[in-house]
Amino acid sequence: MPGPFEYTIWFVGALLEASVVVCSLLRGPFRRYFTLNLYMSMSFLVSAGRYLVFSRHGLMSSEYIYFYYYSDAILTICLYFALMGLYAIVFEELGAALKLRVFMMLLLIGTTLFSLSVVHQSEARMLTHYIVEISQNLYFVGLVLTYVLWAALLKLRESRVRVIQIVLSLGVYFSINAANYALHNAYPNLRVIWEYLPPAAGMFLPIAWIYAFVRFDDEARLTPARLAVVPR
Amino acid sequence: MMAGLIFVFSLAAMMQFFVSYCRSLIAASARRALSPDVQDVVGITRSANSEDFERVMQFLHLCPERREDRNGIQAIGAYFRILGAVGKTLGKLIPSLHAWTESERSQCAYFAAVALDRRIAYSRDMLAEQMTA
Repeated sequence: MPGPFEYTIWFVGALLEASVVVCSLLRGPFRRYFTLNLYMSMSFLVSAGRYLVFSRHGLMSSEYIYFYYYSDAILTICLYFALMGLYAIVFEELGAALKLRVFMMLLLIGTTLFSLSVVHQSEARMLTHYIVEISQNLYFVGLVLTYVLWAALLKLRESRVRVIQIVLSLGVYFSINAANYALHNAYPNLRVIWEYLPPAAGMFLPIAWIYAFVRFDDEARLTPARLAVVPR
Repeated sequence: MMAGLIFVFSLAAMMQFFVSYCRSLIAASARRALSPDVQDVVGITRSANSEDFERVMQFLHLCPERREDRNGIQAIGAYFRILGAVGKTLGKLIPSLHAWTESERSQCAYFAAVALDRRIAYSRDMLAEQMTA
């Protein structure tokens, strides 16, 4: 059974997700960052749904475990849409947004089929293994796409602070989760690590986005060369 | 094998994204000049030293909190400690890395001083509002 600490993280996480949408509505960028807000709204609904399933069936029930992992896979797909929205914002002046969206959708379908083919070779524990495998691969592809977007930001000398901070925080989130699912896949017995990392990462993303929405407007700029770890 | 590769690549990418994220927080305040009051209190004019960070943080904790600043300050605090650990370990082996961590830590101190400046201005505004009410 989860203790007060787990309940607090759960509740605060859901509250933060709702706060992102509220801040975005109040500060004005709701339509511009629609896909990000869609993801946060979905995330809030999933948190509420998980609580309902948990309170009816319990934490270790197969209902809760399936709901948890399947909803996580759906959230990752929503996060892909958020990433597509960011690509559209960054590349809007180049007019390449549509081509990028098609490419990312194909990549998403390809990743899902690849995960299915990997798991299909060992049909024992098919569903549970498939869920972890697909989550690991989806997060990893998301990480690579965010990395490409970050490289494009540096190359295009994108200077909007809000866009930069949203992309970087998304990169941190994807990498924590990809590492976490890889660890889960390789060492299923290391529950202590892979049970607590996702909620912590899940809190980081809304906090970073709230900060970006509240602290900066769309015109706030900085010098992008200052951000590269290796000086450019 | 595949999970291991993903794990290693993800950890490396996470470090890079986290460093860049912290630098974006710092860069947003780097161009802001400190008010004369804060310059007098903390003894920082144009650039700060890494040793100034702890002192400025103590002043920061004395001021009423601003919600907007809290998360940024916590992230920079974590970044400052990570840089300290890297500087003390790997920095001893690679002198250029040590110099880089010191320069980053100085910028963290300047970020904290700018946050202090904002908090003092915020406290003054609150006091002025109470006086007029």
